[in-house]
Amino acid sequence: MMLATTVSSNPFLIYPATIVARRQEAPDIVNLRLVLNDPLVRRRFRFHPGQFNMLSVMGVGEVAISIVSDPDEPEWLDHTIRLVGRVTRVIGRLEKGEVLGIRGPFGQGWPMDAARGYDVLVVTGGLGCAPVMGAIDYMFRRRSEYGTIKILHGVKTPQDLIYRERFDEWRSQPNTEVYLTSDEPGKTWHYHIGVVTELFDRVAVDPDRTVVMMCGPEIMMRVALGKLTHRGLRPDRMYVSLERRMECGIGLCGHCQMGPYFLCHDGPVMRLDRILPWLGKRGI
Amino acid sequence: MTNAIPQILPKSGFPRLIEALRAHHYRIVGPVVRDGALHWDEIAGVEDLPIGWQDTQQPGQYRLERTETTTWFGIVHGPDSIKRLTFVPREPLLTIERKAKKVTVTPQMPEPTPTALLGVRACDVAGLLVHDRIFLQGRYADPYYQVRRDALLVIAVNCTRAHKTCFCASMGTGPRAQSGYDLALTEFEDEFLVSVGSEKGREIIELLELPSASPAYQRQEQERIDACAASQVRGLQEQHRLPQGLYEVHEHPRWETVAHRCLACANCTMVCPTCFCHTVEDHPDLSHTRNERVRLWDSCFTPQHGMIHGKNFRPTIADRYRMWLTHKLASWIDQFGVSGCVGCGRCLTWCPVGIDLTEELHALMRENVDQATP
Repeated sequence: MMLATTVSSNPFLIYPATIVARRQEAPDIVNLRLVLNDPLVRRRFRFHPGQFNMLSVMGVGEVAISIVSDPDEPEWLDHTIRLVGRVTRVIGRLEKGEVLGIRGPFGQGWPMDAARGYDVLVVTGGLGCAPVMGAIDYMFRRRSEYGTIKILHGVKTPQDLIYRERFDEWRSQPNTEVYLTSDEPGKTWHYHIGVVTELFDRVAVDPDRTVVMMCGPEIMMRVALGKLTHRGLRPDRMYVSLERRMECGIGLCGHCQMGPYFLCHDGPVMRLDRILPWLGKRGI
Repeated sequence: MTNAIPQILPKSGFPRLIEALRAHHYRIVGPVVRDGALHWDEIAGVEDLPIGWQDTQQPGQYRLERTETTTWFGIVHGPDSIKRLTFVPREPLLTIERKAKKVTVTPQMPEPTPTALLGVRACDVAGLLVHDRIFLQGRYADPYYQVRRDALLVIAVNCTRAHKTCFCASMGTGPRAQSGYDLALTEFEDEFLVSVGSEKGREIIELLELPSASPAYQRQEQERIDACAASQVRGLQEQHRLPQGLYEVHEHPRWETVAHRCLACANCTMVCPTCFCHTVEDHPDLSHTRNERVRLWDSCFTPQHGMIHGKNFRPTIADRYRMWLTHKLASWIDQFGVSGCVGCGRCLTWCPVGIDLTEELHALMRENVDQATP
């Protein structure tokens, strides 16, 4: 069991993983399914919904990407990546069969225990839906443990909608509501047109028995959180997944600070009452 | 052990301490004068020490001069804190090799020579303990730091002279080394008082069979250290209002006025004994089959520190200065239970424009925020 010791004692060590499936979700968004090469490491790898991995491209560097697949199937690790940065642009050129490095999983994920017995309101914008995907899968595998699941998701244009088939599948489930909206109209768009916060008017929320999971652009989240607070939702029952530069994933490199928190290990999912003083502040 | 009576080591007997360290297989790194400043380097013996030299430090100013004295440790410190021995500026982390589709990853564990660090100031010992909290006592222990830290024997020198930028007394970190040292010396004209701070230190000093210092001698030592503390002209007066006090002045106009002077050169973060921000780079060879992943010092004053896919969360120098000062003096306390400032004063001395963090904090925390002046 030397390996077990090595794995835990060097948080910088990366583990080779092979791309077993690659899907172009949008012109600048790709979904990669990774499988860790070492069977021992693969068997030991468990993650919590909302956690992320550091993905490595040899000779280029590392980037923090949330795990979007089902935490109950940890042998597959799906990552949805927007190809906009130095490392992600190279990741976007990799083909099926090529090898990446993985470190992880890191960070605090969604409050699956605290949400048990509650209705769950999921509010996401754009690629912000990615980190919540695993949490939704998790709840559907334990459907009786959670109340009504309401999913509100907004995109800029109809072409930005990814995971369409997963949203459709959830929509057909009992005790589940899915609302999609696009800022701009489109020929194939049969859903709402407008920003995601407009959907709040259509959704009944019981403030006393609802937990909120939210991820998207900060400006969207601030407006949404304000509206939900106004409707009586408690800050200690609302959770947001936040994004800053993360270079190490283990709270040591100093980049991802938001107030007193290192988002890579105190977050990325933060309970609203803890992070509220820092949200939307200039230069934070 | 640490409360044991200090012993007297005559300067003429100092080579015996060096021999004892060598017998324990330590190489000896001490303060040496080079390029007009004090640096850490390997020393062969007492003759390499900057005997007779003194430093003058002011915000934005550092001068060394040779004096008539025969003081061995007359220079308080230079731009290098001791962090470069444990949190090294360039640390190779991994070698990643690729042959066809097979990728092999090998950790590059450092193999440091056991090192006795001679002449460490109380502020730097305090800085080392801050780094121990960050790199060893958090959720993840850093194995690279651990290996280098374990190889270190710390021989502190208590300060009996402060300069204008020192404020360790107000931070509670000096002028006497508080803990975290193996041996601590206080310099007198012809001898040192030696205090033992650890079992490792005791094993070394036992070999020398030194006489104990009399109570009168110990009083004299304390008086010299107290006088050094009393001579310090700066202090972090508003400490008791931290961390919350700094969080509350996030919108203070002073951030803008200090940004007019700040060059964002990152000197303060490089010379700081506790600043720990780092970045990781991949350095591939020309054939792209072998890659070295290295950790390098980084600074929150660089534009890319707060950058994420094209967006910069801290676009202005005011944002970066606020990030640095608020982290150092406030959020550090929430994160690690101690201040990120040990009062060494290097960030004042080595700031090209002489920005004084004690003055900035004072200006930010004055009751009437409207009175802030450039």
